[in-house]
Amino acid sequence: MLKLGVPSKGRLMDKTFAWFGDRGVSLRKSGSEREYSGAVDGIGGVELVLLSAGEIPRELVAGRIHLGVTGSDLIREKLAAWETRVHAIAPMGFGGADLIIAVPQAWVDVETLDDLDAAAAAFRATHGFRMRIATKYHRQVREFLRDNGVADYQLIDSQGATEGTVKNETAEAIADITSTGETLRANGLKILGDGLIHASQATLFRGRRDGWTDAQRVTLKELESLLGV
Amino acid sequence: MTRRVATEAARLTALFEGQGARHVDADILLSAETLLDLYGEDIRGRAYLTTDPFGGEMVLRPDFTVPVVQMHMNSEADPARYTYAGRVFRKQETDPSRPREAVQVGFEVFDGSDPAGADATVFAAVADALAGLPVRAATGDIGILMAAVAGLKTSDTRKAALMRHLWRPRKFRALLDRFGGRVPPAPSRVALLAQADPLADAAPSIGLRSRGEVQARIDALRADAATAPISGDEMALIDAILSLDDSCPHVLSSLRDIAVDLPAIDGAVRAFAARLDALSGKGVNVDALAFEGSYGRTSLEYYDGFVFGFYAAADYLMPPVATGGRYDALTARLGAGRAVPAVGGVVRPDLVVALRGDV
Repeated sequence: MLKLGVPSKGRLMDKTFAWFGDRGVSLRKSGSEREYSGAVDGIGGVELVLLSAGEIPRELVAGRIHLGVTGSDLIREKLAAWETRVHAIAPMGFGGADLIIAVPQAWVDVETLDDLDAAAAAFRATHGFRMRIATKYHRQVREFLRDNGVADYQLIDSQGATEGTVKNETAEAIADITSTGETLRANGLKILGDGLIHASQATLFRGRRDGWTDAQRVTLKELESLLGV
Repeated sequence: MTRRVATEAARLTALFEGQGARHVDADILLSAETLLDLYGEDIRGRAYLTTDPFGGEMVLRPDFTVPVVQMHMNSEADPARYTYAGRVFRKQETDPSRPREAVQVGFEVFDGSDPAGADATVFAAVADALAGLPVRAATGDIGILMAAVAGLKTSDTRKAALMRHLWRPRKFRALLDRFGGRVPPAPSRVALLAQADPLADAAPSIGLRSRGEVQARIDALRADAATAPISGDEMALIDAILSLDDSCPHVLSSLRDIAVDLPAIDGAVRAFAARLDALSGKGVNVDALAFEGSYGRTSLEYYDGFVFGFYAAADYLMPPVATGGRYDALTARLGAGRAVPAVGGVVRPDLVVALRGDV
């Protein structure tokens, strides 16, 4: 059996079902609406596993599922050296969201990462602590800022309502996912010109194939040809 | 620690004790506050952090330098020499095959009376400890680059920006290119400064960074835009220092040539010459000792003077067998105003054992 992990609820699940359906593979929840078990038609040897999008990276690496649909941002955030541990089979064209750095609109002097770095140095000298950037995407933000030579900042963990942290004075800037930027603007924030960390979308990933049976490999080939990927 | 590594660690410790070092220990679980203050978020990518219900953020010792400096600063001893042996822990975020823990045996000298002598003492002790092994030494001197930057004929703001990014070579280069007029300012910057009052239509201020701070930076940007570019001659001198790569005596003669046009490095060049004399006095063959102008710039920002490393001659993939350098600025920051010039080095006994097996 080839286990395919799919987000268990919401628009991400509906759009994933539609994406597979358009390609002749029908995925559906079995049993009652509240039950997290699924069924697959149109191909044999594939089992549907419904689980949280945030758990799919971990399950792929552990080999408990063989394929999984999740946001590329989650794969990057949760898996160190993700390229060596999972393979992106196909971007799916939905669930698009950008991980960006945003600062207050009132900072007319800060439009680029270089500006942010210089402002951070001055901020630290003035306030005695490092400029705080609120995010839940610690790894990606840290690597991005390091690669772009931004220093004198610190990351503050924010698991929700991140756009409000600046107004609440628990952070000076944020790094968050946005699709239209509307919430950012409503909270007095703007995106840095070169502040795009990652353009995320729902993606079909495969785990490493060591330990796969011949039958599983054949099923994958068949599925890939059905999906046209 | 295998028995052979433990035996080697004991041998190294005894060698350093023979140099008058006192054997000290450090906690494995340290308060993360100091390291976070020194290195910011980067330390989270390199060390294991955890939280203590009472002690706040804690870190698994990524090296001994910081705890040994803190211990020394709390003691009255001066001058002092220390040795230690134990595990250090490094998080690996990109290459899972690299070890997460390793044994280090270190030798640290706190002595401001004779910096060249202290540098030579540490280097020679490490070189002696590795005698007979197939290793090559690399050396550098961050102090020369710092003196060159301090001596540039440009604004203090620009010098401070360059100094702040001395340990980030890519960013340092980008700044230098901009200050030298090789790269035009960003269009957003040009547009900002074209406005008479950029804050006139600005959105209401939110957060801790005040309107006054924004105005102060705009003023600084205007002043910077009016500052003449760093001259091509000075840019070439910095490039010449960064691209030094030769034996120490040849580098010394190149540096003396550079110092004619950049007298600000005179002191640093004299210190380099004094170090070479001291090294010779300790029996080090400086004619065969390599020097690289950019060496030591990608480490954490400890080192601000002499830097060195010993590498397996035949195995480019092996991590350095020993590394070290001078870290006066670190003691100044940790010493709350009291700076004690310090230089030290660490040896990896497991790599010594591995190399000896190959001999």
